[in-house]
Parts: sequence; structure tokens; C-alpha cells
Amino acid sequence: MSAAGEKDYQASPSPRLAPGAGRVVGQRVTRLEDAPLVRGDGMFAADVSFPRQLAMRVVRSPIAHGRLLSIDTAAARALPGVHAVWTAADVADIPPIPFRATKVRGLEPYCQPILAAGRVRYAGEPLAVVFADDAYLAEDAADLVVPDIEELPPVLDATAEPAEFLPGHSTEPTVVRKEYGDVAAAFRDAHAIVELALSVGRHSGVPLETRGAIARYDASRDLLELHGAAKKQHWNRDEIARLLGRPPAGVHLFEGHVGGGFGVRGELYPEDLLVCLAALRLRRPVKWIEDRREHMVATNHSRQQHHRIRAAVDGQGRLLAIDDVFFHDQGGYVRTHGARVVDLAAGMLPGPYRLPAYRVAGHFRLTNKTPAATYRAPGRFETTFVRERVMDAIAARLGLDRVEVRRRNLVTPAEMPHARPLDTLGTAVVLDSGDYPGLLDTALDRFGWTALQADLARRRGAGECVGAGIGFFVEKSGLGPSDGVRIAVDKTGGVELISGAASVGQGVETVLAQICAEALGIDYRRVRVVRGRTDRIEFGNGAHASRVTVMSGSATYRAALAVRAMALETAAGLLQAAASELSIVDGHVVRLADPGAPLMPLGEVARHMGPDSALMVGRTPGLSAERWFHSAHMTYPYGVHLAVVRIDRGTGEVRVERYLVANDIGRAINPMLVEGQLAGGFVQGLGGALFEEFRYDETGQPLSTTFADYLIPTLAEVPPLDLIVSEQAPSPLNPLGVKGAGEGGTNGVGAAIASAVDDALRRPGAVVSLPILPRTVHALLRT
Amino acid sequence: MKPPVFEYHRPASLTEAVDMLGGLENARLLAGGQSLMPMLAMRFAFPDHLIDLNRIPALAGIAEDGGTLRVGAMTRQRDLLDHPVVRARLPMLAEALEQVGHRQTRNRGTVGGSLCHLDPAAELVAVATALDAELEIAGPRGARTLPMAAFPLGFMTPALEPDELLTGLRFALPALPQGACFTEFARRHGDYAIVSAAAILWPRDGRIGRASITLGGVGPVPVRLEAAEAALAGQRADAESFAAAAACCGALDPMDDAQVPAWYRRRLAATLVRRALTTAWERADVR
Repeated sequence: MSAAGEKDYQASPSPRLAPGAGRVVGQRVTRLEDAPLVRGDGMFAADVSFPRQLAMRVVRSPIAHGRLLSIDTAAARALPGVHAVWTAADVADIPPIPFRATKVRGLEPYCQPILAAGRVRYAGEPLAVVFADDAYLAEDAADLVVPDIEELPPVLDATAEPAEFLPGHSTEPTVVRKEYGDVAAAFRDAHAIVELALSVGRHSGVPLETRGAIARYDASRDLLELHGAAKKQHWNRDEIARLLGRPPAGVHLFEGHVGGGFGVRGELYPEDLLVCLAALRLRRPVKWIEDRREHMVATNHSRQQHHRIRAAVDGQGRLLAIDDVFFHDQGGYVRTHGARVVDLAAGMLPGPYRLPAYRVAGHFRLTNKTPAATYRAPGRFETTFVRERVMDAIAARLGLDRVEVRRRNLVTPAEMPHARPLDTLGTAVVLDSGDYPGLLDTALDRFGWTALQADLARRRGAGECVGAGIGFFVEKSGLGPSDGVRIAVDKTGGVELISGAASVGQGVETVLAQICAEALGIDYRRVRVVRGRTDRIEFGNGAHASRVTVMSGSATYRAALAVRAMALETAAGLLQAAASELSIVDGHVVRLADPGAPLMPLGEVARHMGPDSALMVGRTPGLSAERWFHSAHMTYPYGVHLAVVRIDRGTGEVRVERYLVANDIGRAINPMLVEGQLAGGFVQGLGGALFEEFRYDETGQPLSTTFADYLIPTLAEVPPLDLIVSEQAPSPLNPLGVKGAGEGGTNGVGAAIASAVDDALRRPGAVVSLPILPRTVHALLRT
Repeated sequence: MKPPVFEYHRPASLTEAVDMLGGLENARLLAGGQSLMPMLAMRFAFPDHLIDLNRIPALAGIAEDGGTLRVGAMTRQRDLLDHPVVRARLPMLAEALEQVGHRQTRNRGTVGGSLCHLDPAAELVAVATALDAELEIAGPRGARTLPMAAFPLGFMTPALEPDELLTGLRFALPALPQGACFTEFARRHGDYAIVSAAAILWPRDGRIGRASITLGGVGPVPVRLEAAEAALAGQRADAESFAAAAACCGALDPMDDAQVPAWYRRRLAATLVRRALTTAWERADVR
């Protein structure tokens, strides 16, 4: 679409949105998304159905590692109501699923085929698919499919010596290395060296809505549609088209409501391709809804890492160098993210501290488990735990206060922007803005940290086992490179905002509408936000990496300013006034001198800019504009987590009594939604710290395949939570000053709770792994 | 997670239900469905026939009958929990029921369903054992009764013939003054207990007259800690005697699995026994 009446498509950088709360930006307005959701009118993947649709059921490997000798599908095919049963031989023309996000070479042999061929590499791997008249029949038929698998010993320990994973291919396809400064000299000259071995358990995002994919092929228009999409519609569309040999314009993806994304939802999985292929071949719509047991073994796992970290410090506890070797348990395949989590872990480990020298080696290891990828705060939940364990260890070693050690090492505002000779996700790590010590003080004051120490001492004196903990974190957000937004005003004054963003339930519509309304001078409820559709906009980078408000928000701001300028220019001609004397308030053009007197509704201006208007002769009609926002650098939110825990000496149970998340995000477009992000993120972090773990037995059988074994915190486990949404350090990298708010609630939870458990036990360094299990604590209490 | 094919039956009376159960091959009874429905969805259970007991009004209800409280097998856990006689006279039963799943599952889950499912960690199984409930069983050969202690034959195996069903149970309302406590440890609120302990203490002359201690979750069926019960009789009710009673848990040979090792179950049992006894005594009327 061309942008109407524009003089300057590649507009110079927009003016920055004035600091502070605006008329609608910065306000706790209610969500535009909620009306259908609270009325039960939502449209989640399972709500999508088409006439004549078939149900797809995936037959999954019952074995972690083995040679797939044959699959007997005869009985399944013979079942009435079954239309097709496919194994690898039937889909041999479809290439394996490619990488979206890695620059690391040599990972291709580890890509996942859409159905296992020759080998099975994890329990739960798709072996065959059944297409039947309904989901019940499909499952009956799937039970009749009999794979013959010759079992092989499974690889389950990512820290073991590299070995052959596949014929000719190692369990270690790559090692991600980063280094700067003179690490050897720092360790040689160190006053003290602390050395820790730390583990983070395998857990992941487990959304309320499981995955779902519904494909239909419209032969009359030669159009393939995939519904149930999320997160990355455009990239997935392009890849589906490429893998199926179709032009991208002949494939469209549609995102409905999404019941949680958290990183795992919306990546390109085998099932997405299988339903598309089946819709093309069988010429009937095909629906697949993942069930919960499948979800636990099929959807991306995350987090499992083991770190061997050393830190060199001077006599004042100042960091001289960190040297970290870690092992990342990737599972049986490398999925769309490639080695991204390892890269992020390596790049983000230094966090908020001044670090003169750094060396890291991230060993990317294949195992016979469900493949792993990103989960909310990927690489950061893990490394914040590791780094903050190190800071506590330094404090213990030097006899310093835990807070003081951090204060001595925090990058100061005077050092901002702080460039590290380091990169991650292909961009240099430049901490763009921040007052780390300031937020630390604010958080400690709000939590009553000093008085708390006295209170904890008194309670310990009375026999209680209680402690407080701290974790400081740096997040990253606003991953580029680009996003575009198109805004059009119709004749009624209504606004359509078409974005390449996606929504996984976080309030994208509301936030973009607020930014648009603020810039344009209208009611945010007049903005209809279109997202998650490839048929309305040609490009989009979707919703991930806490990027939407930064990228699509900034594009929205620029597009809305452009529309505003166009409207004022047109109105100026109609009203015989100078555009500079006019403004838009509540959807009406007004004189700046008399803003209370509406002169012309915005819809009227749009009507004068319509295709039939004499004013538009020789111009592209429409009160509309498209603007893009490009970013070469990420922006870095930061924050502090503080926790108080009480341990039950009789059971080892850790109870979090109270918790605080302080997160500086530059500017909160809607503080209520930011608080929701922080609270929800915190609960997921709490899960990883104390409850959630995908466990395997010694044969590689998954042990956590229901919610009876995979323990997500419930309301009863969630402590009173205090939140500080700080706006002290706007990002200089975008016109709104915003930084992403999606992951700061999760990032520091493992770190802060580990620190608090140590404190309660009066044993620095006691916690070496997450989740912190009651029986582990119980054993610690008795040794 | 779609159930396999089964035929659904909905009897309107107990007689009809008993006839169906005796006449149909491979039939399962559907009570509140809180365990059976997930088992069907996960295809852990493959019944050819499902006999739904939810439309037999006579199977549900709570009535005080002399010195006992009679509870129909199809009584919802929530109704039993909220019953005034339970609250006033059997507070330990209420205390256990509050820890059965969540309010939403208690709204549907039945007392009889939980007992017959006989999960080793189920609160109702443990507390019914502790309270010496008497079970009423119906079948084609007529009705019979059975003490709760004789009901579990082994892991998830009730002492019911294939053509029999549990129709109700009776709790004796305590005549002598007593103090009781049900306590458990679960990773999260509402989960099955890893270990649960039910203690009843009958005071006599300021000391412990008699003690009853039942543990759930340590073995395939609830166990009475008889050694501790015997040791407590006639003792002073103090931390020392309770600790000694708890120490009897050292002799337990609990289940051992990947999630919960035996040594940890043993220690949990000791903690919970000590706590249950302490609280039970605080609640006992020792005037």
C-alpha cells in the first residue's frame, strides 16, 4: 500500500514523546481485548473449525533413542473413518524444519524432520500421523499404529564427554565462545577467586492453551490457510511456503486469541507443516489440537544448563574477571532457535556489573530428550541465577554485605551508555541507559530491607528458619531489525491500525491503540488493531523477545504522527487556517488557541481525503500512513528482585513470604499491563525456582507428563507481591523511551530465592541447583 | 486424550445399577468422575461399559442416625465438608476434606468415589481409616458391611467383588472427649499428599488414655502406627512422648520412587506424626 499524500516516506527521526504520563499513554486504561474474552466469545485454536475437517493425531515415539526399523500402519488404515496414515516415507519430499535465529554453522544435521526417519531421538517424537473423521477415531487409529524400534542407549547427561550422537555427528555440534580482556592476568592477580558449580533444571513455558493448527486449502483461489498461528506469522508463512513449494502470497497465517506464548508457542513445529501438507493433499481442512500430555513432551522445553563458573575479585570485592564454562542440554534436535539460548546466556551473563575481563564457553549438547528453545527470559533466568550466586559467594568469601558487593560492582549512571566488547543475537551489547544503584536503593527502601534484617534476626532467635535474598538483573528487549505499522482513518473517524506484530495475550492491541491515540489526539477505543495476519500486511517480526512495544510501538507512534500531520494540513486548507495553529483533540480538529471548541471531526477530514474528493486529484487518496521503525541495537531494562522465605524445618518446604520486583522499563505505556506482565512473569519464575521440572528416568522416559507431576504454582503458592514499575531511565534508542516489560518478572526469581534460602539456612552457597526441592533443603538442614 | 469407545448407562435406582453391574462385562462405575474421567482420557482405563451413578438420588445424602453419621457414597465431598454435624462432631474429617483437591473438584468428587479409587495418598482413605468408618456394600447377594481397615486389599484394590458397589459409610460420632488432627505434606495446595497423618488422642486424668495414629502415603494402603499408639497409652502428653512416638516412623518401610525417596517419606512421616499429636492434644478437652 502506498502512503497517502506523503512527502517524506523515509521520514527523519520522529520527535520523542514528551516524558511523563500523557492523556492516554501512561494511563491504566482497560484492555480492548477483554470484552470477547470475558464473555466467552474468544477464538482460540480449538474454537476454529471448518466444514468437512479431518482430525489429525500424531503417533509419538514411546522410546527415547532407537533405530526405527518399521512402522505397521495396516490396522490403523483399515479402521473405518480413517482417511490416511503417513510415516516418514510419505513426507520424504518435505525438508526438515529450518533455523530462524542462529548464525552458528554446522547445526543442519540436527534439524528435526516432520516425521522421524531412521532414528528416534526423544520420547514423544512424531513417528506417524493419522487423519480421521474425528479426534476420537484418530486416537483409536493412532493406538493401532505399531512402530518397531530397536532401542539404543540414551544420552541423558549434557555434561558428559562429547560422544557420537548420530553416525558421524557429535553430541556437541558447537561451542559458543565469547571473550574480552585479559582473563588469565585477572585470575593471576586476583585477591580471591570464587568457584561454583551450578545447575538449572529443565522447565518451560506451559501455556493454558496448548498448541493447535488448523489448515485448509481453498482450491478456488489456490490459497492455503493456517489458523492457530502465534508469535512469528510472517517467518512461518515464508518457510511453510518454501518447504511446500508454494509462493508466499499463496499461504496465509491467522492468529486468533492465544492462551499464552512464553516463547514456546508459535515457533514452526512439525505439526504445523503436517496439517498444511495434509490440507493440500487430502483436499479437506485438517485440525490438530495438541493435548496436554503431548504438550509436555512435544513443545519446546527450556532452561537446563550446568555452569562451572569462576570469578576473580580484588580485595574490595570488585570483579576483575569471570570465566564460565557451561553445558546446555538441548534435547534431541535443534529447532528454529538454533543455538540462540546459549548465545544469549553467554552474552547476558555479566548483567549489571562492571566486568573488565570475561571468558565464556557454552557447550551446546544434544541429548535424548524433548528439544529445547526459548522460554521467557531465555538465557537470563539461568545466568542471573548463576551470576548472583557468584555475587553472594564473593560477599561470603570477603566477609562483605551482599548488597554492598553488588553496589560496588554496578555500572553507574555516569558510565551509561555502557558498551561491552561483547555481542549477543548478532548485536553489540550496549547497556543503553540506567540508574542501577538508584533502583537498588529504591527497591531496598520500599522492601524495608534494613528493618527486615533486624526482624529476621529476631525471628531466628525465636527458632524460625527465615531469610532474605536479592537478585539484580539486566534484561534485553526491542530486538530489531524492523517493524511497520499502517494507520488509516475512515470517514466515521474510526482508525484501523495494521501491524506486523503478534499477540500472545499480553495486550498488544491496547498498547498500540494507546500510542496511536496519544499521537493522533483520539479516543484509544476508536482504534481497531489488526495483528497476527499475513494477509493484511506483507512483513512483520511478530511478538517475542519483549519487542512489540519497542518496535511496533515506535512504528505506531511515527505512523500516527504522520497521519496527524496530514490531517492538519488538509484541515488547514478547509478551515483557512495555518496547520501550525491547529491541533486534534478528542477526534476533532481544534484551534490551539481554543482547544475546547471542536471545528471539524477527524472523519470529516478523512472524507475530504477520500478517492472521490477533488482535493485528492493527482494525489494518492486516504488519511493514512505507513511508517517503519528500525533498530540496530537492543534496549536493556533492568531491575531488582527481593525475597523473604521461611523454611519448614520438619519438611524442608520453602515458603516465599513476600516478594518485590522492581523493574525499570523507561516508560510504561499502560502501568496496569506492565504490572500484569511482572506478576505473571514472577509466578513462572517461582515455578522454575521451587516447583517445575521436566524429569526423566534413566531410560529417557519423561516423568513429568501431567500437571500432577509437573508442578505449576497455584494461587496458594504465590506470596504477596509488591511491584515497582520504574521509569527513571528512558531508552534513547526509540521515540517513546520504552524498554520491554515482558521478562523482568521472571528473570531474577531463581537468583533471589536461592539467596534467601541460603540466608535462612545461614549457609552461603548452600543452594547449587534449581528447582530447590523440599527434600534437598531437608537434607541440608540435617548436615 | 480422547476416551476409547464405551457404552454409557444411566441407572435410575440402586437395584438397576446392581443389575447392570452384574450383567455387563468389563463395566466401570462413574461417580464424580474426578479420577475416572482423566483415566479414560489418558486411556489408562478401557471399560466397555460405563455405569453413571449420578442419577440415583438415594445414593447421596448425609443423615445423623443415633450415634453415627451415615454418608451416602455419592455424597459430594463439598457437601460433607460443609455439613454442620461434620464441622461440630467430626472436625478431623472436615480438616481432611479441606485438603482434598480444590473446591472445584470437591464440588463434583464424591466420598465413595475417592474411597473406591483408593489412591494410597488420598486424604479420604486415610481419614476414614483413622475414624474406623464402617462401609456399606451392595451386590446381587444382598448388602453387607465392612470395617474400613479391611477395605483396602492392596495398591488401589478395594475389597469389592466385581458385581458389588459401595453405597455408603458410617462414622461413629465420638462419645468420649478427644482431640484429633489431620495434617499432610504436599508440594502444592490441593495435590495428593506425599504423606498424611491423622492422630486422635483420648485424654484420661490429664494424660493420654488412648492414641490412634494413621499414616497415608507411606505404603500402598494406610497404616496404623501401632507401636506408637501402644507407647503413648498412659503417657504424659508432652514433646518428649510425641517425639518418641514420631521416632517409631523410623521403622516404616515406605514407598520409594524417583520423585520421593523412601528416606524423605520416613522423615515427613515423623514430622507429621509429631505435629498431628501436638495439635490433637491442644484440641483435646482435658478439663
